[in-house]
Amino acid sequence: MAREVSESCMDSLLTEIVSSYCNRFYANKPELAARRIEAIGYQVGHQLTERYTIERPRFSDHLEAIKFICKDFWFELFKKQIDNLKTNHRDNKFRWLSRMSGDSSVEISSAAQDSSTMSDNKFAQATSMHLYFPCGIIRGALSTLGIPCAVSADISNHPACNILCVFHELMRRLVCDSDKGVAVSLHEFKWTKRYS
Amino acid sequence: MAPAVPRSGDAIFANVERVNAELFTLTYGAIVRQLLTDLEEVEEVNKQLDQMGYNIGIRLIDEFLAKSNVTRCVDFRETAEVIAKVGFKMFLGVTASVTNWDTEGTCCSLILEDNPLVDFVELPDTCQGLYYCNILSGVVRGALEMVSMKTEVTWVRDMLRGDDAFELQVKLLKQIPEEYPYKDDE
Repeated sequence: MAREVSESCMDSLLTEIVSSYCNRFYANKPELAARRIEAIGYQVGHQLTERYTIERPRFSDHLEAIKFICKDFWFELFKKQIDNLKTNHRDNKFRWLSRMSGDSSVEISSAAQDSSTMSDNKFAQATSMHLYFPCGIIRGALSTLGIPCAVSADISNHPACNILCVFHELMRRLVCDSDKGVAVSLHEFKWTKRYS
Repeated sequence: MAPAVPRSGDAIFANVERVNAELFTLTYGAIVRQLLTDLEEVEEVNKQLDQMGYNIGIRLIDEFLAKSNVTRCVDFRETAEVIAKVGFKMFLGVTASVTNWDTEGTCCSLILEDNPLVDFVELPDTCQGLYYCNILSGVVRGALEMVSMKTEVTWVRDMLRGDDAFELQVKLLKQIPEEYPYKDDE
């Protein structure tokens, strides 16, 4: 049985690092703060992937690698599965959209602010800062598997969260296999966050 | 109504949402690495880790009090035992032991032989002077401050520096009496 810690350890750590970078180290420089948070995630994704793949044979192609990330890796990380995985063919770019439904109990509590007065904008900002971390994890994981990409998150449909992975390389194999598609079982993904 | 029975660390830990410790360990490691890159000075990183820990501790205490049913501790001795057996267990999944009490009962050491923060971690030579687990000292200090105890928390032993255990010295400086918002004579 793998060692465990409470989820609140992970949540507190993440909340605090986002807060430190946004309010202390790079106050008024959200771009820089975001990049640092993403870099931390990237490091985690990279190391986790290396560890998880040590005992496995190399992936035969990119599709297998992506499936691993979206199923086994994601599940190990978040104990849930991705809701929906789609490929999007448009102008020779292949896009994967994974959609996770956020937990409706996402709370924003702030000592200084009443949550009801926090504007939608600020909430979006706070949420998106946190999301740089899992985006970094995914980018780190995929890069380690030899699939360079850019990963971003879109929370305009909160509590749903769309993670967008754009792959730089053209994956010809995907064109051939796209008829089969990638079936990922639908389970609800919960990401409970406390912001303060 | 009978008072709620305090719950054991094991019982609480079994009932909270848990995550893979490896994710936590790697995340913490990545954070320390990034801080070293961005802040450059080891002393500054130590300071920031402690500050971050403090910020976490002042909030984590709420979860601790809510889940443990611990009533007000009679004295600092009891406080230290509760931190070691319940606090560490319900969050980090490991227990600590309490030793090295001074005669007044205001200073002791928390000993951690098993520490998830440092799994697979080795410090390079370039990190001389780094207290890698300094976030823990901040957490303890912050949490205790929220229950009216002002403390000084310092590392005595650090396994990443070659010692055989992690030893955190907790010294009670001042017990701040509860302040009531309204004066009696108003």
